[in-house]
Amino acid sequence: MREVELAIIGGGSAGLSAAVSAYDAGVRDIVILEKGPFLGGILNQCIHNGFGLTEFKEELTGPEFAARFIAQAKERNIEYHLNSAVSSLTKDKVLSYMNPEEGAVQIKAKAVVMAAGCYERSAGAIAIPGDRPAGILTAGQAQKFLNEQGYMVGKRVFILGSGDIGLIMARRMTLEGAKVLGVAELCAWSNGLNRNMVQCLYDYDIPLYLSHTVSRCEGKGRLERVIISEVDERKQPIPGTEKVFDCDTLVLSIGLLPNNDLLNNLGIPQGRSRGSEVNEKFETSIPGIFSAGNVLHVHDLVDNVVEEARVAGKAAAEYILGTSEEVENDITVVPGNMIGYVVPAKVSSKGDDKVSVKFRVREPSKNVYIVYELNGKQIKKVFKPVIIPSEMEIQALPKSLFNGESGTLTVSLIKKEEVK
Amino acid sequence: MRELICICCPRGCRLTVDDDLNVTGNFCPRGVAYGKSEVTNPTRVVTSTVRIEGSDLAMCPVKTSEPIKKGNIFKCMEEINKIHLVAPVHIGDVIIHNVCGEEGIDVIATRNMEKL
Repeated sequence: MREVELAIIGGGSAGLSAAVSAYDAGVRDIVILEKGPFLGGILNQCIHNGFGLTEFKEELTGPEFAARFIAQAKERNIEYHLNSAVSSLTKDKVLSYMNPEEGAVQIKAKAVVMAAGCYERSAGAIAIPGDRPAGILTAGQAQKFLNEQGYMVGKRVFILGSGDIGLIMARRMTLEGAKVLGVAELCAWSNGLNRNMVQCLYDYDIPLYLSHTVSRCEGKGRLERVIISEVDERKQPIPGTEKVFDCDTLVLSIGLLPNNDLLNNLGIPQGRSRGSEVNEKFETSIPGIFSAGNVLHVHDLVDNVVEEARVAGKAAAEYILGTSEEVENDITVVPGNMIGYVVPAKVSSKGDDKVSVKFRVREPSKNVYIVYELNGKQIKKVFKPVIIPSEMEIQALPKSLFNGESGTLTVSLIKKEEVK
Repeated sequence: MRELICICCPRGCRLTVDDDLNVTGNFCPRGVAYGKSEVTNPTRVVTSTVRIEGSDLAMCPVKTSEPIKKGNIFKCMEEINKIHLVAPVHIGDVIIHNVCGEEGIDVIATRNMEKL
């Protein structure tokens, strides 16, 4: 069996960044396994702009951002295989993959970076009542058809879910001549970035129906209409609030799920983000198996993905080269009041550096403090006039705050008036 | 006075622009420029795709090199939709010069499309 030092699962933004970072830290024997026909992953179909403001200090489109990382990997002659889906991974880091050139292959790696991104929640997952005609597809599918293959997916379109890809597709299909009738969002708030609300919906007068869902699809062969209803506080449709939209297409933008089966199958504990639990070096409970990017937790910004993967790639290199220091990850980080999830799950109390804590709140809040407590003692608080679930929070905590103490670090959201 | 959401980057700062074009609520200087332009002459970068022959995909993504006038967006799409490319095309290649007659603003390719 071929042996390599580092195997990277996924050749998108996270995989490329981890590979480049590991190379620059001294590892040469790297293999990237990409299931699609191109490097760059989902960025290739995200033709809109807004990528790279932190990483490159300029505003790029998705394919442009991808091209820069592809170039960095190619300059370093990092080996990659396309059309190569990894079908299994063992605790001993044996990977099985398959592609048209090599057939079925097994390789054994000293370290693995999981960077397989996420997939879209589909129509089946939410079981919309009614017919099952053609014309119901996810926002990412619509994006791929339109932006890479040049197929218009519909003429009269309704969108369920106000996630960013849904909003971006609302604009994109409008520009290509479709009539986008509206966007229904189950929550009482938008789940997209503010800038996308403005430049994708407001600019084109596309109505947003908050606290609404599609309660029925109707059509023989092709979708003919959707019926939307207002929902109550338990998110159940309220009878008598139905609105009918005649449309041929329903685009779903109802969430992304980490594509993390390979690590889940190894019994690595899962966090509330549905990615694996990792420490501050993005290493899982199995030494030498790392995870970064959207497979760990869904990011808003690719700039944050490549930064996270850079840390994971460097840590993987240190593991391979034997230069990583033995540290005990003696602090468990847990989400407290109103916090959806926190990454990483484990950190070390030792060291004089900073640890980057990332999390999302469960619902929009105003005039709150984010409070960090170690074993019940407040060690830091940060005031936020506005905080929303669609924007990931990132806080660098200096380890000096831990004072060498191990235990449980809780991140909570507390109303201004309740904070001591 | 107008309240705006800055669209310069995904941060989405909540801006206030007063009658004398003073901008507050911005995180970076781009917010000041956006706030002023949005109340006087709103502009947008347009991104789209054009047909391409001879490469591994049917479409080549493109963008305007600078933001164009908001009122020109659909006219820009009409110009973009008339174009057919032949591979190879590289990032930054100019597809349309002075789009919609806006001096110095081009439509450029945003993906390397190699010849098969």
